[in-house]
This record gives sequence, structure tokens and C-alpha cells, in this order.
Amino acid sequence: MSRLELEAVTVRLPSVDADVLALRETSLVLTEQRIALIGPNGSGKSTVARLLNGLVRPSTGRVFVDGLDVAEDGAAVRRRVGFTFTDPSAQLVMPTAVEDIALSLRRTHPDKADRRRIAHDLLDAYGLAGLGDRSVHGLSGGQRQLLALAGVLATDPAVLVADEPTTLLDLANSRRIADLLFGLPQQLVLVTHDLDLAARCDRGLLIDDAAVAFDGPAEDAVARYRTLAGT
Amino acid sequence: MSATLLGLYRPGSTLLHRAPAGTKLLALLVAGVVVVVVRGPASGLVALVVAVALVAWSGTGLRVLLSTLRGILVVAGLLAAYQAWQHGWPRAVESVTDLVALVLLATVLTVTTPIDEVLDAVTATLRPLRRLGVDPERVALAFSLMIRAIPTTIGLADQTRDAAVARGLQRDPRARLVPLVIRVVAQARATGDALHARGIGDD
Repeated sequence: MSRLELEAVTVRLPSVDADVLALRETSLVLTEQRIALIGPNGSGKSTVARLLNGLVRPSTGRVFVDGLDVAEDGAAVRRRVGFTFTDPSAQLVMPTAVEDIALSLRRTHPDKADRRRIAHDLLDAYGLAGLGDRSVHGLSGGQRQLLALAGVLATDPAVLVADEPTTLLDLANSRRIADLLFGLPQQLVLVTHDLDLAARCDRGLLIDDAAVAFDGPAEDAVARYRTLAGT
Repeated sequence: MSATLLGLYRPGSTLLHRAPAGTKLLALLVAGVVVVVVRGPASGLVALVVAVALVAWSGTGLRVLLSTLRGILVVAGLLAAYQAWQHGWPRAVESVTDLVALVLLATVLTVTTPIDEVLDAVTATLRPLRRLGVDPERVALAFSLMIRAIPTTIGLADQTRDAAVARGLQRDPRARLVPLVIRVVAQARATGDALHARGIGDD
């Protein structure tokens, strides 16, 4: 597994009135295969997740992925760390499914025919066979999330950071995505409000008020979150 | 979302589908210049007829074509009214036929050409400019994103209109324009984040 490390990281995000403290000083080392980040809305979960891919820069401190400094070796880090967003529509940047996956493959596969063949193979593997030339707008929410995952996993990253991948999905599609995520060989950092899903992870971090409120076994993190939320 | 063909590839086996992307891009560029430079309503009508014929040749059905044109025809109608008022009917006909013909020609390009091939064609064309500091891959990506943004923006406009109607504000231009601008900017930022997260443009 990769070693994901936050070293005395704080994050302040610019706002109209004043900077908002999105993450208080935090130090973490994550080496487990499946790590859940849970907590209330606006608590800082996505900020932690985004730090791992360089989407958010630390205001102070440093973030390392397998020893690579995210601020200095961003391109190398992004080759190791794939990221999926809550809303897959934001992530799909090409008109059709096959073209979106082919875009991910442009760096590693210069030959166009190779890219299309691999893209079609990936679509088949993720249950999207026959939808390659369909507009991404014409896909269902579950199909878009599967396509977003296929696009990211096409480059075979060592780590997948998934930011609330099931939040916008119905029950059947949530289960489908969850089964896919938990069947991956990749290290998984999962931001989620689905506590059943979180409890399946090896480690759970409860983020509250821009800080890590609990760090331990995922089931204990979920129990602590339930107590915090009064449920 | 309104159906639109602009920005969406539809597989086919016509000669237009088999023609190289670079040739089609060049033809579109030349056609654009000719349509704008040659003045008069007659030339506009000829361009429109040619464009409709090419759309038909591409295998696009009439119903889908009309659906695509629906949004453009609203703009064209407003443009025609303004031009007729300011400059007379010949100028109005010329403006509208030129506009619709160019939209149709661009539609033919995107309907018959996968974005991947457009990316390759633009990259190959701009490669000599690398020594001047131009990054062909980056320019090609910007080009394809621009094409991709068309149906996305139309979709956002539809969502904004529905939201305004749901709140009884269908006649308030601010309720439609301001949220649309905000959504388009937010979508652009989200697209930037997505490209960044996928490492596209890193190399």
C-alpha cells in the first residue's frame, strides 16, 4: 500500500469576508488499504481528500504520497492518486463515454486505435458495454459514476480517492458502486455519509469542525459519529 | 435537456465520417471565411442549402436536426428582426442564413468526427509552433473542451429556465441570466478541477 502523509497541515480557503479555516493543524499517516473519512457536512472531509491529489494546497505543512511532495511533484502524485468527485458530471469532460476514457489514456497510449480498444474494453469491464458512443448526458447517474471511475482507473493509479461516490445514487446503484470500490486492488480513501459503507473500511477518521475528532477502527469511528450526531 | 448535435459525435460510415479530421477542420475554416466574406442574401441561401445537404449526407435525421436548430432559430429570429429594422430585409436574410449555415457546418464536423481525432488533428497542425512556446496538446484540449462546453451550457440554460419557471419568475431575465452565468462559471471551475485531478495537462 502507498504511504499517504499529512505533516502539520493546515488549510485556509479564501472567502469574501475572511479566510475560512478548512483544516486545523493535522498530522496523519495513512497506510491501510481502505480508509473512511466521515463527518458532518462542511467539517473538512473533502479538504483532507483533496489534499492527497493536490486539488487543495496546504496553507502550512506538507503532504506526501510515497515520499513525493504533492506541492513539488504534483504530476507524479496525480499519476499515483486517482480522484473521483461526488457529481460525476463534473468529471466527465468529453462528449461521449469512449472519448472520455480515451482522454485519460492519451499520455500512456499514443496510438488512437489502442486508446479506443482499451476504452471499449474498460467500458465492457465496468458494465457499460454498448454505451461507448452515447452522450455522457444521456447516461443515468449510476452509469456516469461508473464511467467516471473507469476513466480514473484507466491509468491504473495506486490509490483511489473517492469523494462521496454514492451520495447522488439510488440504492441499487449505490450497492453496485460500493461493491466495485471494495473489490478494487487499489488503496481506497473513501469520503462518505454512508455509514454502513464506512464501517467496511480498515480505518475510520471522523472529521469534525476542521479537525480529526477520532482516528481508529472504522466501526469505532462510525459509533463515535453516531454519538456526535445524536442518532 | 434540449437535444443538440453540436458537440456530439454520432458513429456512421459515410464519406464525411471517413474523411480525415484535419481536412474537415480546414474545410470548416475555409467555409467560414467564404460565408462571411461573400456578401448578399443569395450567397447566404446557397450556403444554407449546402449545409443542409451536408447534414443530410451525414445521416442525421430531420427530426433531430430541427431539434438542434430550435435554440439557434430563437437567436436567429431576434437577429433577423434587429437587422430588418436597422438595415432592411436583404441584410436580415443574409445574417440569418449565414449564422444557421455555419452552425450546421460545425454540426457536421462534430457529428462525423470523434473528439479524439479532432485533438490529434489540432495537435499535429500546431506541432511546428512548439518551438515558439506553444503547447499543441494544451491548445487541442482547450479546443475540444470548447466543443464539449456547448451541450453542457445548453443543459445548464435548460436547468436555469426550469428553476425560474418553478419559482414563477419565467418573465424575469435576471432570474434566468444571473444563475446561468454563475452555473457556467462553476461548471468551468469543476471542469478545471476534474482535469487537474486526472493529471490531464500535467505533461
